Amino acid sequence: MTDDFFQGYKGEALEVLKKFNTRVWGQAVIETTRGRFTGTILPRAENDDDKHIVLKIPTGYNVGVDIRTINEMKETGYKKAVYQIPEKEFPITPGLPNVKLFGTGGTIASRLDYRTGAVIPAFSPGELYGAVPELADICNLKTEKVFAVFSENMGPEQYIKLSKAIGKEIENGIDGIVIGHGTDTLHHTGAALTFMVQNPPVPIVLVGSQRSSDRPSSDAALNLMHAMNAAGNADIAEVMVCMFGPTSDEYGLLHKGTRVRKMHSSYRSTFRTIGDMPLGRVTRKEIIHIHKNYKPRRKDRNVKILPYFSDEVTMLYYHPGMKPDTIDSLVEAGYRGIIIVGTGLGHVNKELYPAIERAHSKGVHMFMTLQTIWGYVHMFVYDTGRDMMAKGIIPAGNMLPEVAWVKLSWILGQTDDPAKVKKMMLTPINDEITSREPYNGYLVYQGGVPEVEEFIKRVHK
Amino acid sequence: MNKRFDPKENYLKTKQQIGYVSRKESTQADYDRIGFMSGLEVHQQLKTKEKLFCHCPAGIYNEHEDYDAELIRHMRPTLSELGEYDGTALMEFKTRKEIIYRIKNETACTYDVDDTPPFPLDREALDISIEISLLSKLNIVGEVHITRKQYLDGSIPTGFQRTAIIGVEGEISLKHKKVRLIQLSLEEDACREVSDIGHVRTFQTDRLGMPLIETVTYPDCVNPDEVMEACNYIRFLNRSTGKVRTGIGAGRQDVNVSCRGGTRVEIKGVSRTKWIPELTHNECFRQWALLHVREDLKKRVKDPSRWSISHKKISNHKFNFRYAPLTEARKKHYKIVAVNLPGFKGILSHFTQPGKIFANELSGRLKVIACLDLPNMTHSEELKSLIAAKEWEIIRKLLKSKDDDAQLIFWGPEADVATALETIEERCVMAFEVIPNETRKSFVDGTTIFKRVLPGADRMYPDTDSSPIPLEDEDIESLRKNLPDDVIDRYHRMKKWDIPEDTYTYIFKKNHFLLIKRIIEELNIDPKFVGTFFGHRLKFVEGHYVPAEAFNYNIIFALFRYLKNKNPDLELAYKMLPVLYEYPKMDFESVLTIIKYKKMSKKEVLAHVSFLKNKFSEIKRNDSPQNETNWIMGELRPLAMGNISMKELSKAIKENN
Repeated sequence: MTDDFFQGYKGEALEVLKKFNTRVWGQAVIETTRGRFTGTILPRAENDDDKHIVLKIPTGYNVGVDIRTINEMKETGYKKAVYQIPEKEFPITPGLPNVKLFGTGGTIASRLDYRTGAVIPAFSPGELYGAVPELADICNLKTEKVFAVFSENMGPEQYIKLSKAIGKEIENGIDGIVIGHGTDTLHHTGAALTFMVQNPPVPIVLVGSQRSSDRPSSDAALNLMHAMNAAGNADIAEVMVCMFGPTSDEYGLLHKGTRVRKMHSSYRSTFRTIGDMPLGRVTRKEIIHIHKNYKPRRKDRNVKILPYFSDEVTMLYYHPGMKPDTIDSLVEAGYRGIIIVGTGLGHVNKELYPAIERAHSKGVHMFMTLQTIWGYVHMFVYDTGRDMMAKGIIPAGNMLPEVAWVKLSWILGQTDDPAKVKKMMLTPINDEITSREPYNGYLVYQGGVPEVEEFIKRVHK
Repeated sequence: MNKRFDPKENYLKTKQQIGYVSRKESTQADYDRIGFMSGLEVHQQLKTKEKLFCHCPAGIYNEHEDYDAELIRHMRPTLSELGEYDGTALMEFKTRKEIIYRIKNETACTYDVDDTPPFPLDREALDISIEISLLSKLNIVGEVHITRKQYLDGSIPTGFQRTAIIGVEGEISLKHKKVRLIQLSLEEDACREVSDIGHVRTFQTDRLGMPLIETVTYPDCVNPDEVMEACNYIRFLNRSTGKVRTGIGAGRQDVNVSCRGGTRVEIKGVSRTKWIPELTHNECFRQWALLHVREDLKKRVKDPSRWSISHKKISNHKFNFRYAPLTEARKKHYKIVAVNLPGFKGILSHFTQPGKIFANELSGRLKVIACLDLPNMTHSEELKSLIAAKEWEIIRKLLKSKDDDAQLIFWGPEADVATALETIEERCVMAFEVIPNETRKSFVDGTTIFKRVLPGADRMYPDTDSSPIPLEDEDIESLRKNLPDDVIDRYHRMKKWDIPEDTYTYIFKKNHFLLIKRIIEELNIDPKFVGTFFGHRLKFVEGHYVPAEAFNYNIIFALFRYLKNKNPDLELAYKMLPVLYEYPKMDFESVLTIIKYKKMSKKEVLAHVSFLKNKFSEIKRNDSPQNETNWIMGELRPLAMGNISMKELSKAIKENN
């Protein structure tokens, strides 16, 4: 394929490469108006401009050469780099639990993608063992790539595939399941799997990394070790998210799939259990329970797979001054369910009322959740709340907005009966609504307060 | 019983065998004999308002104990862009260090500790680095690509340094030759190390992320003085822009050295240029000595591929060790291990550096790779014996040593013993083959110690968090317009002005050239006088007085202009400077009052001479006319200063008979 010789180059830059008979991975000497440059021509990221050629110079650095300055270019050799994570056979140790790792496209182990300039995941037990040999001390590992998508591209199709694959693996007698996943929608998948894979006998652990594994300080390896330990050894047979507790390399937290949320765009310790305490803490060696009530591991294989999902549910993040046509247009577009994310205790402005009524009369299911993230929807406190309930909006307790969206989608994949939908929504499957919020369920420390500063100094963040 | 082996004698003998000459006695012929070759990586912090990839203020430092939070990271090797693991990376992973970062809110943010992706590269820093690249005659790249350079020692929380090449292939002109430059890069500075004990290394994050440039030369220097000259040139060139930071740690260099048949070894973080000659000299001879060790070993050991060490744990044996670190080790319940090194008798005490022997190569690696804090071992060839000969006899028996073997004992936590044994064997095996590629840390006495394995080009990875920055011709040309002239041209200019050469280092270091030029040209003052005034007087004053507030050097221009108008003798400036330096806001009239200057005609000053001559003849101890002149000069100096030049005064005294 001729295209391969010019990986990622387009337009003028491509013409220049062709003109001087040089190609990607070719060693080149380039004479320019700014002097001479030598090195290996590298592929170019697709979204970068067509005015430069990327060169790896002999010291290992990359530089760009402006094609408008090029007078002469000569290929003096050719050596294509093969980027491969060293593969080593994953050893089987009798007595260690058997864990299955499902790959979905997260960044547990990754390599460079020249097309986008970003990293793409690589994944096999052998590769993982090559990169994180400590895993062999924790469990016997098998892997399966269910699909490969970026976190933001996870959706109904993937949830369904994944839940079926999990069901099969449980039937086959696995001791625990780990799912490698991009972090952006880890909590959506956590909720989806909780609803789709009910009554599992073994732990199902979702894990990702906030720093891709191509960097030395990545949290990927440690997260993976924590997740493998939890999947293989924990007594908790629930769908969980396992990610860093503090930003330090110290321990991971096990969060219930329905109560967890990504709370920072880039911190390692971004996942937090909202409105409750996490299930437990996990290190490479230990699992320390925090919550006393959990669903324990079982020997049977009686899992229920309910792979339903409607793509006709959406979310509406309310803002002051929102106009009724926002709701009307959603209804018109055919949405059957709307999760409203309201202010305060669960409010929207009066101007929307007629639109809400119209939606309700057309059979659209509407539930109220909160922008405040923490706390309960409470629509009895003010008249406006009562008005809205009368017009068909159902308060969803302290269900997180994302979880409510997942659940309503899952429900509408099974029924359209308003009474059934309401009952299913408000009957928790695994604490997506809790009956009480413990005092330490809401802790957002404020920097600058002396006792907080003292705490931060003493305890690794 | 064979003849007693004397390590000290062996040290001296091997030192002589390799032909070690001290630096003072060395000539170019000595350096040619051992094939001295050296190049530099000169680091220079840039004077920007903010750090390179975030908006933290640059240049604010905190005390080690002054921090708001700590966090812990571990570093794990990853693949390079070309799909290979880097050697250093793997070695450093073996050490399994726990890295603690201290954070002060004021000086570090979530970017610094790798919890936030980078912000766009600081443009101010980029422009300064382009300017310096142009001055260094480098070819400016068309597009700046940010690369990640792996560092697993923990000095950067991400585990890599974001760095970008600005220019390649340049040169600098020394007095007698040109030194070629490989490249100049713009990078983020690393953390400052607080401590490194056992498996815990602590860093401070204040310096982290400061914009830094690195100028890399080819190994074109053929003797230690040339390396220093090249280093000074690059530092002066950087300073000539007036846009770089000065002060402790703002400029530091890594020096690469090899001898003929040797290997590139990097001496890391040399903060003073004047240490370079001694360090490079010793490093070159260290390699020369290691080549001698290799030849020696080849003669003794027939099949190096089958060479291996043997060891015995001796923690439970009854020894009467008096050596404090060993008794301390016992108290800590450390494992104590005796190791036999077949055929290494006379190698352990082989000269490597002044006062250092081959055994030091082992202990240095034990410290870094196996995390055993120094002192971590002793051996059968210590220059000053630490363990009684009797005990060594028992150890030799335990290890079933042969006569030409050497032995060592090391101690440390049980978990580190395996790595320690591997490290010892690895280093000894290397001795048969190569001089290891190393980064070494320098000591003030001019010797060095192992720091880590020298990383290669394999540790580079494109930064997927940032996109390339194009550098347009017009931007470069507009920067070119405001460049200062070359340091070498300034050098020749000062030569021509007859300014004494011993002032140049100070003048370049402080970047005073332009100010001196202005005084000479605009005020029409004797260049030699101005140069000496800066290079001697100002340098002295700066070293001995503390200004009440920042001293602006332009005051010196104003001072000369004032004196020029007032028209006293310019030597008065010598007396005024200390006062002005201490109180930069004081007006010149007040300074004159403080130094008790009185305007007098030459005649009035000279009127005192005959009286003083008479007085001298009363108190004199000998008849030397020079003594007389000196004494009278001393008495008259306060009156004369500013009214008559010292030269003229001296002449007048001599003539007054």
